[in-house]
Amino acid sequence: MSDTHITDAPGHSTGEAGQGSPQRRDTFVRYTPNDRTNHWLTAIAFVLAGLSGLAMFHPALFGLSSLFGGGPWTRILHPFIGLFMVGAFIFLAVRFWSHNYMQPADWKWLRQYRDVINNREERLPEVGRYNGGQKLVYWVIVVCLAGLLLTGIVMWRAYFSFYFSVRVVRLAALVHAFSAFVLIISIILHIYAAIWVKGSVHAMTRGTVTPGWAWKHHRAWYREMIHAANSRSRPD
Amino acid sequence: MALQSLDIIRRSATTLPEPAIRTGTGDVTVAKLIDTTKCIGCKACQVACMEWNDLRDEIGTNVGAYQNPHDLTASSWTLMRFAEVENTKGDLEWLIRKDGCMHCADPGCLKACPAPGAIVQYANGIVDFHEENCIGCGYCIAGCPFDIPRISRKDHKAYKCTLCSDRVAVGLEPACIKACPTGALVFGTKEDMKLHAADRVEDLKSRGFQNAGLYDPPGVGGTHVMYVLHHADHPHLYSGLIDNPHISNTVRLWKGATKPLALAAMAFAAIAGFFHYIRVGPNETDENDETRAAEEARKLTGPEKRP
Repeated sequence: MSDTHITDAPGHSTGEAGQGSPQRRDTFVRYTPNDRTNHWLTAIAFVLAGLSGLAMFHPALFGLSSLFGGGPWTRILHPFIGLFMVGAFIFLAVRFWSHNYMQPADWKWLRQYRDVINNREERLPEVGRYNGGQKLVYWVIVVCLAGLLLTGIVMWRAYFSFYFSVRVVRLAALVHAFSAFVLIISIILHIYAAIWVKGSVHAMTRGTVTPGWAWKHHRAWYREMIHAANSRSRPD
Repeated sequence: MALQSLDIIRRSATTLPEPAIRTGTGDVTVAKLIDTTKCIGCKACQVACMEWNDLRDEIGTNVGAYQNPHDLTASSWTLMRFAEVENTKGDLEWLIRKDGCMHCADPGCLKACPAPGAIVQYANGIVDFHEENCIGCGYCIAGCPFDIPRISRKDHKAYKCTLCSDRVAVGLEPACIKACPTGALVFGTKEDMKLHAADRVEDLKSRGFQNAGLYDPPGVGGTHVMYVLHHADHPHLYSGLIDNPHISNTVRLWKGATKPLALAAMAFAAIAGFFHYIRVGPNETDENDETRAAEEARKLTGPEKRP
């Protein structure tokens, strides 16, 4: 958690309740500039790899290949974009790995999905830096990208396919399409969750969240942050 | 072939009907019959194919075998494969098979192809690659049960035997047929070719080849290139001709109903999100949360040290 800190003592910059200050009280740094850059590089690569891949996934979407300069260019670019995405994600995965171990409370959180989708957050188990859904999405992305990378290499006709038997190439094509499908569904969920839980997009674009946001959605993390800030300010 | 054809029955990566106004008027399908029992392995068909299609493969290396080139390539669309087989009597049989596209009625290449119109099937049964639409992904190679298409290293397009679709379209027979000196290659309507094959099989049986037969594999809906084999019960003796070819189940699963279903699921996920927002609404943080957060922070920090 060394990359996360509070810019100021909580409650300090806020203007106490009643003061009605219009300024945002985004005092909690959730994502550093490096986190954000890494995330958005991965995200941009995902969009490009997704669009170029979908062009080859179903005839109805072949028109997407125009975005990449036509069919052959789509075929040429797609694997390189995919490699870039995997490369960018590896850094992101390492960054967030330790925050994403599934705990019993996370499974409980997931089982209470009805409360989750109906905004009854007060009924849910206390959440740390990430909730069960976020952790699940994280691991699904890890598995899908590993699958996409391995099968993508097998399918890469220009450089690698001739090293593999046709059975392996066929299986790779199937697993590649399936992994991409699962990944796209997961990312749709991921994007929607960011739109749905207000403040999340700000966290990933500007880096900060308000104490109220952290308290409401990630209470255990909020407490950790307060304690961390406390122990930093005690010595002086 | 770049010219517009109005007798297409199937077109790769296309979900709507093909230009097919000319089809359905008593279509006859064509077939090439390759009689392996008459083939002498002279390779005149290979030369004729090179000549008509204006193809010159790279000069390879001689490894002391008759088979040359060693395999089909983007520039060698047909190839005599030579197999030396010891029969049950202990005699040597030299089984020579002219390999090349089989022009399946149910083409795996066309099923696998993601580029609209890169592979078409004409009403006469010919399966043709339209290289100007080919994107070079090589899915046709994965789709083909016979390991026929090859991607050119030069232009990254897929190539294979066209059954001389350009010649057939104007009433000529394929170039290889013209060149065959023994009559091992014949061309005509598929019906005629089956009748001709039946005569040949009868003749072969009378000469002691009890298992002689026609290779027109039903697993791919039959083919428009057929073989007469002395040992139709063991096609694999002929340099690994597939015993019972069919489009792989993996390819069917990859390219079948799963794709539109997957597409629908993705669209559904996005729409479900939209309507969740409309019905349940966003999860927002309000003043109350900020106040309670501040209270909790105060509790955790302790009363001292308030600035």
